[in-house]
Amino acid sequence: MHGEGFFFQAFVYLVAAVVSVPIAKRLGLGSVLGYLIAGFIIGPYGLKLIGQEGQDVMHFAEFGVVMMLFLIGLELQPSLLWRMRKPILGLGGLQVLLTTTVITIMGKALGLTLQTSLAVGMTLSLSSTAIVLQTLNEKGLMKTDAGQSSFSVLLFQDIAVIPMLAVMPLLAVSSLETSATAHHGTGWVEGMPGWGQALVVTAVIAAIIIAGLFLVRPFFRIIAKTGLRELFTAAALLLIIGIALLMSKVGLSPALGTFLAGVVLANSEYRHELEGDIEPFKGLLLGLFFIAVGASIDFSLISSKPGLIGMLVLGLICAKLAILLILGKIFKMGNDQNILFAFSLAQGGEFAFVLFSFAVQNNVIEEKIANPLIGAVAITMALTPLMLLLNEKLLQPRFGTKEKENGKADTIDEENPVIVAGFGNFGSIVGRLLRANGVGITVLDLDSDKVELLRKLGLKVFYGDASRHDLLHSAGADKAKLIILAINHHDKVLEIIKMIKKHFPHLHIFARASGRTQAYELMDAGVHHAYRETLDTSLSAGIDVLRTLGFRSHQAHRATKTFRYHDEESINELRHHRHDSKTYLSLARQHIEDLEQLLLSELGDAEEHHDAGWDTTFMQDKFGELKEKKDNP
Amino acid sequence: MKALIMESKTNNILIIFAHPALQKSRVNKQLIKYVRDIEDVTIHDLYEVYPDFHIHLKKEQALLEKNDVIVFHHPLFWFSIPALLKEYMDLVFQHMWAYGKKGQALKGKTLLNVISTGGRESLFRDKGYNRHTMVEFLFPIQQTAYVCGMEYLPPFVAHGTHGMTKEVIQEHGEDYRKLIVALKDGTLDIDQARTLSRLNLDIDKIIMERKK
Repeated sequence: MHGEGFFFQAFVYLVAAVVSVPIAKRLGLGSVLGYLIAGFIIGPYGLKLIGQEGQDVMHFAEFGVVMMLFLIGLELQPSLLWRMRKPILGLGGLQVLLTTTVITIMGKALGLTLQTSLAVGMTLSLSSTAIVLQTLNEKGLMKTDAGQSSFSVLLFQDIAVIPMLAVMPLLAVSSLETSATAHHGTGWVEGMPGWGQALVVTAVIAAIIIAGLFLVRPFFRIIAKTGLRELFTAAALLLIIGIALLMSKVGLSPALGTFLAGVVLANSEYRHELEGDIEPFKGLLLGLFFIAVGASIDFSLISSKPGLIGMLVLGLICAKLAILLILGKIFKMGNDQNILFAFSLAQGGEFAFVLFSFAVQNNVIEEKIANPLIGAVAITMALTPLMLLLNEKLLQPRFGTKEKENGKADTIDEENPVIVAGFGNFGSIVGRLLRANGVGITVLDLDSDKVELLRKLGLKVFYGDASRHDLLHSAGADKAKLIILAINHHDKVLEIIKMIKKHFPHLHIFARASGRTQAYELMDAGVHHAYRETLDTSLSAGIDVLRTLGFRSHQAHRATKTFRYHDEESINELRHHRHDSKTYLSLARQHIEDLEQLLLSELGDAEEHHDAGWDTTFMQDKFGELKEKKDNP
Repeated sequence: MKALIMESKTNNILIIFAHPALQKSRVNKQLIKYVRDIEDVTIHDLYEVYPDFHIHLKKEQALLEKNDVIVFHHPLFWFSIPALLKEYMDLVFQHMWAYGKKGQALKGKTLLNVISTGGRESLFRDKGYNRHTMVEFLFPIQQTAYVCGMEYLPPFVAHGTHGMTKEVIQEHGEDYRKLIVALKDGTLDIDQARTLSRLNLDIDKIIMERKK
């Protein structure tokens, strides 16, 4: 069956993904869980459609993580890293340190050697960047306090892998045995003593940084000059595959190397281009990775030692949860954010597979100890989306309800006419303007720390998801006149609109949109007012530019107002034609031409002149001559 | 006696209402209520429609063309009209539309001001504190009407708004309504009206019986 080649395998993976992910999403489980289930179903312990051992699947899929880390690296300019230094170093550092210590002590207590315990502790302190970021992103939770904190910790972990990999050979019980047990024939470093390997690793990392700084950019410049888009994509892939290959040769995780390359290139001018090119590959391969994790869960091992594996899984999750909860408290997170944060990160990570095999290879951990641990890590990873779901459906509503009850005392005496959903940049400005004019607002936000702060400032704020109709109800939606949707998550906004139309049809809806397309969608969904968030800012900039170019201030303002008016008119008209691309384009072109004509005519003397009442050119034409004669007879 | 326009036809009336702070108004807020809900009467709340002074020329001209009587209803600011109403005149009463060789759009229509002012009527006299009559202060509007070929009527004025009692406001409101209805029905005695310093001096005197 496996001899039928690449196409069959690809077919199986794609079918699994295409079938299971939409079902999982439909059931509210999220795509990650969908992939994991798909992997389990087609894997060696399910339908046996793919690789008998999880090994080759995993090997293939590791490339998704490689690409993801490259992209994460690209997002991390040194300046951003610097700004986040506190949560990264403090929260992340403490998490890794505490977890490593606790697990090392546990390992020692269970009779492992100190070196082995330490290696296990370090490895298990890591969480799964892939699963956590993907899941949080999908739920729109990345911008919350818990999301940001999770990201910081994951980032520290990703960086901490480097010294871990470097230290691992030094933990070898005996460096002589290393060469005896190394069995991968392709590497360059086997046969070297521990310190030699560490040296090679450091040298390769240094080489990647130097090459990234000085060689890659001229290389991309040459490629970009050809003007062939696909060549650029090829070059980007080449870069990643090249680094991955190099890293494998020295026995390191390819993900690490590409992450480094990403950071090095984060400030380069090709950053967005690279992101755009790699993103689709990453998405597909990451899906593959999740499938592989699902497929790699070794059920024969689990069924042979269910007690041991169960204890390991439970122990790992509980230990991590406890430590994360304590850290959250220390870093002053609100209760529900803290729980979200802890639930997000209470699992083993994909780096554990790499580190464990590296440790085994270096004779730091015996294979019979590593294997159950690898199984346990895979299970905790698979459990993560489920745990987050549990948190969302069972735990968070309780916190939502709690906040609600707190707020009930003041809901009764005053009913606010306005509900503001989302108190970020947009929502807070609208909200403050309303408050400054004595309009009572009720604010809903998903970030409980922000909620707490706003409550201290005396605002009536509810924690919670505005798409839940019970929450909107308790926020006074049936008495309110209007709702402002200022949430930065378009799909969520559409969902909320649907819910409002169903349960609170009397509410006037004002919604934020990022651009035209979103504005169209909002209007189609029945929003009464849609605001393109950058429109007024761009026009303000336009006014200043015109003035700098020498236009009179009032003229620039008038022209901009005319422009805005026409733009809104055209939006209203074009909205109905946007699915008919031919009509849309020709109408859009017409609108642009009309507007330019109109604005240009205001500069000249055409009939259409809007501000002609202030223009006395024609008077000068008509009467100027007479006047001249009179003045100089 | 000459009626405004042929009696058989009702006139369309456009009240261009200009008050920059209606929320603080006592008198105008009430007055405008008396002329709401009259058929063929359009109230155009200028500060509500154009808060940014960006007046839509074509729409305004179309609106004016549809109506026979134009009423500028506003408080008196520094003996003149509020800024937005002035801007409206500057931009909408365009050359070659409202005036000039081909500008006939407003010709034959009737224009008048409905004004509220804190000043008592005794101030608006040659020998009074303001040294001029209300009609004199309104000369720019009168001249605009003349240039555009419009009939200009004396203003309807609510004097002494500061201490105005509810009863007096109500009287003014009822007079205002009578005036608008008479303009609509064409039962205003134009010749009689022209002789008055303000139309609400004796409103019943200038309204004729409707022909059966």
